Amino acid sequence: MINKVSISELKNIARETRIEIVKMLSCAGSGHTGGSLSMVELLVGLYFYKFKCDPSRPLCDTRDIFVLSKGHGCPALYAVLARMNFFDKNELCTLRKIGTRLQGHPQRGLPGVEISSGSLGQGLSIANGFALGSRLNNEPRRIYCLMGDGELDEGQVWEAALTSAHYRLDSVCGIVDNNGFQIDGKVEDVKGLEPLKAKWQAFGWEAFEIDGHNIEEVIDAYDRAEKVKGKPSVIIAHTVKGKGVSFFENKNKYHGVAPNKDELEKAIKELGG
Amino acid sequence: MEIKMKPTRDGFGEGLVELGQKRDDIVVLSADLTESTRAAWFKEKFPERFFSMGVSEQDMMGTAAGLALSGKVAFACTFGAFASGRAWDQVRVSLAYMETNVKIVGTHGGISVGEDGPTHQANEELGLMRILPNMTVIIPCDAIEAKKATIASASCPGPVYLRLGRSGVPVITKEEDNFQIGKADLLKDGSDVTIIACGVEVYEALCAAKALKKENISARVINLHTIKPIDRDIIIKAAKETGAIVTAEEHAVACGMGSAVSEVVSQNLPVPMEFIGVHDRFGESGDPKELFKLFGLTADDIVKSAKKALNRKKQA
Repeated sequence: MINKVSISELKNIARETRIEIVKMLSCAGSGHTGGSLSMVELLVGLYFYKFKCDPSRPLCDTRDIFVLSKGHGCPALYAVLARMNFFDKNELCTLRKIGTRLQGHPQRGLPGVEISSGSLGQGLSIANGFALGSRLNNEPRRIYCLMGDGELDEGQVWEAALTSAHYRLDSVCGIVDNNGFQIDGKVEDVKGLEPLKAKWQAFGWEAFEIDGHNIEEVIDAYDRAEKVKGKPSVIIAHTVKGKGVSFFENKNKYHGVAPNKDELEKAIKELGG
Repeated sequence: MEIKMKPTRDGFGEGLVELGQKRDDIVVLSADLTESTRAAWFKEKFPERFFSMGVSEQDMMGTAAGLALSGKVAFACTFGAFASGRAWDQVRVSLAYMETNVKIVGTHGGISVGEDGPTHQANEELGLMRILPNMTVIIPCDAIEAKKATIASASCPGPVYLRLGRSGVPVITKEEDNFQIGKADLLKDGSDVTIIACGVEVYEALCAAKALKKENISARVINLHTIKPIDRDIIIKAAKETGAIVTAEEHAVACGMGSAVSEVVSQNLPVPMEFIGVHDRFGESGDPKELFKLFGLTADDIVKSAKKALNRKKQA
């Protein structure tokens, strides 16, 4: 489903998605605020501009595949999927509660969620498997895999990066939510990743660097990635952890902490809700 | 009569080729051990459905999961030590938790690997795999059974672990024998003691039963080729009718097949049990036959354990 919506609409969807995220997290009382807010434009630009899917038939043969490798960012995905009508929006408030389909980290089975994730580093391999399977099935589709920058510490990501390039999987588009933080602190302090673009290029990937909060740059990157042939592409999106709420931005304390009631009120106000 | 020797990995290779001919949805991945695992036999015939993954077991499991989610039945092949240990978290999340249709093929299980030594002798996989929800765990006793298990695995929904061996082992089953995942086979009836064995130990168990017969001890022999789901009925029946059980496996006793049997026995009908297997130690280099003696996995060792179990039964 390609909804050609305007840039201002996309911006508004991103703003409303952030409101849903902080509400959901506050209601759950726990969860990953910073990394959910940093990936919002990346998801909104994908789902409301580029992505082929049919929420009434979530497993249809013609769909594109989205693999959320940084599973802890699932509140953002849940908010977008609910808005797309993969499931009822009312279900969002069940996040992390007993009996819910909205597990603390994504579980396959919730419509729109292709893989279970949470243990970092596993998504890109699965995305490659989807790409190889789609090739054998003659099903042309794009496969997107969203990773965190801290997640790139995992060796499996680089094993998978070799595989994508070796099999020339140009249907695979990696996205790195490069918000610069991981649990223990700044990515460059914990274990340096730079030069990140050169690393992906050296692994045989076409790499794009963008401002991950500029929706025009985001959708342009998805379009450019689709034109790359013969090799996989990766979008390194520079983002801000906790983006959109001043007192969450770049405050790593909110990596795995949900807003309390007071913070929620202030956050919603800042987001214009 | 001369006993035919054949490695279980060869039975797997034959089964895989047969599957490839019958079904288009079979794909095979190998982590740089294509010849050793016999995945090469499939690769030769169906190169477009074979994926070389390099020395990357974790990536192989994930890629296999993605292929499975695309409607394929994916066989992921490497040595058991690496399939289980190196890639366990990937197996846990991308296979077991997600219930993906991936068949893990772990060859070179147990100390019968021989000279390559402890890093390559997997003595832990049955435990590592059976503790995972949704996982089916199979250990064929010979090449014929390995072929059948391979073919049956492809039709068994969800992840399966197939434990295979490197060295030639006696062919003791027949083509016409029935093989059903989750249903153990009664190979020899007996009334004094039951030997429950898996893998290469099934042959040792049959030899032990013969030796025991000479001493007027009637031993029942069960081939427990599926560790999970376990055939509770045949175990409980054996406990009831023979009152003493010896388990025999080429694997760590802790968390292995013997432990699985013990869980059933202790919850239903506790009887004296003895455990043949690797007791809290790593393997080592050497000739497999000599290693079996050193580790106490021979028919003679089973005979001793059977008598011990029998004495405990009598004293109880």
